[in-house]
Amino acid sequence: MSNVAATRDGYGEALLELANNPKVVVLEADLGKSTKSLHFRKAHPNRTVSCGIGEQNMLLVGAGLAASGYIPFASTFAIFTERAFEQMRNGVARPNLAVHVCGSHGGTHTGTDGSSAQSIEDLAIFRTLPNVIVMHPSDIVSTKILTMQLAESNSPSYTRTARNKTPVLYEGKEDLIKIGKGIVLREGNDVAIIACGVMVSESLKAAEQLAQEGIHATVVDMHTLKPLDGQLIDQLVSTCGSIVTAEDHNIIGGLGGAVAEHLASNSPAPLERVGVPDRFGESGGADEMLEVMKISSPFIAEAAQRAIKRKL
Amino acid sequence: MTWNVEDLEETARKCRVHIVNMVHRAQAGHPGGSLSEIDLLTALYKTQMRVKSDEPTWGDRDRFILSKGHASPGMYAILAEMGFISVEDLSSYRVLGGICQGHVDMKWCPGVDFSAGSLGMGLSFGMGTAIAARLEGSQRQTYVMLGDGEIQEGSVWEAAMAAAHHELGNLNVILDRNRIQNDDFCEAQMRMFDIPAKWRSFGWNVKEVNGHDMNEILEGLEFLGNNNDGPSIIIAHTVKGHGISYMADNPAFHGAAPNDEQYHQAMIELGEVAQ
Repeated sequence: MSNVAATRDGYGEALLELANNPKVVVLEADLGKSTKSLHFRKAHPNRTVSCGIGEQNMLLVGAGLAASGYIPFASTFAIFTERAFEQMRNGVARPNLAVHVCGSHGGTHTGTDGSSAQSIEDLAIFRTLPNVIVMHPSDIVSTKILTMQLAESNSPSYTRTARNKTPVLYEGKEDLIKIGKGIVLREGNDVAIIACGVMVSESLKAAEQLAQEGIHATVVDMHTLKPLDGQLIDQLVSTCGSIVTAEDHNIIGGLGGAVAEHLASNSPAPLERVGVPDRFGESGGADEMLEVMKISSPFIAEAAQRAIKRKL
Repeated sequence: MTWNVEDLEETARKCRVHIVNMVHRAQAGHPGGSLSEIDLLTALYKTQMRVKSDEPTWGDRDRFILSKGHASPGMYAILAEMGFISVEDLSSYRVLGGICQGHVDMKWCPGVDFSAGSLGMGLSFGMGTAIAARLEGSQRQTYVMLGDGEIQEGSVWEAAMAAAHHELGNLNVILDRNRIQNDDFCEAQMRMFDIPAKWRSFGWNVKEVNGHDMNEILEGLEFLGNNNDGPSIIIAHTVKGHGISYMADNPAFHGAAPNDEQYHQAMIELGEVAQ
């Protein structure tokens, strides 16, 4: 896994490819250089709308464009999409207008900018909105493919990307990637680790560590939190009997919350959730933050051991 | 083009009857802001809007966005007079399953282009429809009705700044300056100082009109049509509850329905029944 790249670059690449569709428009709130929509802006300035530093306005400009037959992609930092939550709720989700929102720099992995920039609740809040697809892809390739698939979707969406580089997982495996379908990256019968975003590669590392101790883990990239791939989760319960979730997001309401809801209602099984322990972050390096938040691969491996012990 | 002012006034009178009927029947809703906006809506729909009542989703229609979406009885009334919905449909106002939802909703009612209900959102949405028209090379117009209390929402000014930056000459605002908001007079809740100067300083073309004088309203709409170098606004001075004596300029009727006795009084004042 020497090849690394940032998921936000996958978003930028997808927009450029989508430009062939004349209905695709890009909305920016002064962070196009960071979210990587700048490449589209340079190539297609007439289809790029600068909304200044005004996220609330941006999401509703998107709604007006979507209601007029366009396919708007709007991006800013994940944390600033939250400022426009009610616009997303009342102006986008409620009339079911296909505005595609991308929040980059999500999670504590964002690093040295510190706690104000490290969104740890975005996935939870957008998951509560009817009609909205919520995704957090793990690598540059899947981010690109999933973003391009959104253009064919008639639903609004929220996609979190990450600032910093993570291992490339899907080069040459693009066919595996589909909105709403979890991807099994490694198979084992003792425990299933379900992860999203930067935590997918951490989970693969954890599975390696576990293997050295004779424990065989399945690792799933659950890039789509909503709609959740419940069928896959049910299969994992029957084959592995215990589940671990891993996310760079508050332990409340994100991937762990979504999986817990599904398990409680469908196929109860021991579940250990690895996530930000309901606290705000601080300035630090990306990898340092995963340690500070106790979500890096050793913590995932420990959680797997606990989950296995809880099996009946 | 000339318009028969008396015909417009008669349509507005009928709309006022619809408005009072709706809120009385529902025993809920917002009569005050519906009565202040209705002369403006009547003139706009009758003289300006390029729309087809038999094809409400016609792609190249002008867009009207009622951002102060609680004043929905006013919009339903003019939609009924324009033939988008029937007068019978007005009975569904605030009734389970009815097309006339409490706040206007594009998913429920033909002729409605925006799902309103949360103040401060319509101008941004209108900016989107205006940009879409420009991208398509269409001459269609977007009209947004804002309330005066509504412009206390900060996001209105995000949109005002952005619309001027993008020189959206096809974006037009009508501000219903009725001086009353939910709890009290605007002056008591949040003073807004020089509203025309604020919009001018944001780069808008600005004109003030009497929002209950059809001739002045028509001049205002003409102003919107003639100023296409950037976004334009007419600030319409109105009276909340205009047309019903006990509702006029009375904060109590922002969001309250008349009782049976008051309803009867209103119908007398509107010329529907004899004294």
